Amino acid sequence: MEIINFTPVPAFIGGALIGLSAALLLWAKGRVAGISGIAGGIILPVRGDLDWRIVFVVGLVLGGLLYQWIGLGAGVDHIRAVVDTPLLIIGGLLVGIGTTIGSGCTSGHGICGLARRSPRSLVATLSFMLSALVTVFIVRHVFGG
Amino acid sequence: MSHLPRLLAALVAGILFGFGLSVAQMIDPAKVVNFLDVFGTWDPSLAFVMGGGLLVNAIATPFILQRARPVFAEFFQLPKKTEIDRRIVIGGLIFGVGWGLAGYCPGPMLTSLSFANVDILTIVAAYLVGTLITRIVLTRLDARAVTP
Repeated sequence: MEIINFTPVPAFIGGALIGLSAALLLWAKGRVAGISGIAGGIILPVRGDLDWRIVFVVGLVLGGLLYQWIGLGAGVDHIRAVVDTPLLIIGGLLVGIGTTIGSGCTSGHGICGLARRSPRSLVATLSFMLSALVTVFIVRHVFGG
Repeated sequence: MSHLPRLLAALVAGILFGFGLSVAQMIDPAKVVNFLDVFGTWDPSLAFVMGGGLLVNAIATPFILQRARPVFAEFFQLPKKTEIDRRIVIGGLIFGVGWGLAGYCPGPMLTSLSFANVDILTIVAAYLVGTLITRIVLTRLDARAVTP
């Protein structure tokens, strides 16, 4: 193992902002800040439960723009996809399928669910962490990506 | 204009979330995949993202839930399911494979639309298609389970 690019301070600050966002949404709207859940409710909407979801996702994009506009930290110019188009499509499909079957993603289970000490979210988080670790191990060290 | 404060809160929450993901560089899939590469070039940073988020939210949540109701809504709508079923494990495992392959989970994917290129549009489109198809299939399965 070799540790690279370790940036604990921006990571912690960014994480704290995400936690603050989740707390704000719970305090104001009584809802969990799970991104896959919020986005899923836009794709197949329930009547009367759509507007805040769209506004939240617009906010996500505005938050990204704000970061670029202020010119903070590492910026975004260095960011590239790590796989070719076919694997991007497979990856995106699996993220959509998995988060829908498993009722949540990194934010809903990993940050909101664990904060409420939900055993269901703990099992979900352990499941996706395990399969993500195994996937990267196979891609990088078995096939030698 | 009773909707305004409610929507403004959702907007600010979204901005905080997208800004936080950007500051943490979770929008860089190379950094995400290095976090998952414990046996190779490991970048432990993202553990601090989850740690920071969890710390703030775990402190705030019990205080917030002491309220009778949220500020701009009638009641708290928390996930109701508590049982550990097959779906929670299978869904998590499938999601993890996609996350490990491409280095994108839903939040960073959507935030990255702020500098969208063909790759980002491709994975977001695939994610939305995967979500739509699965929601339709699950809705049909559940309806069949209720009325055999």
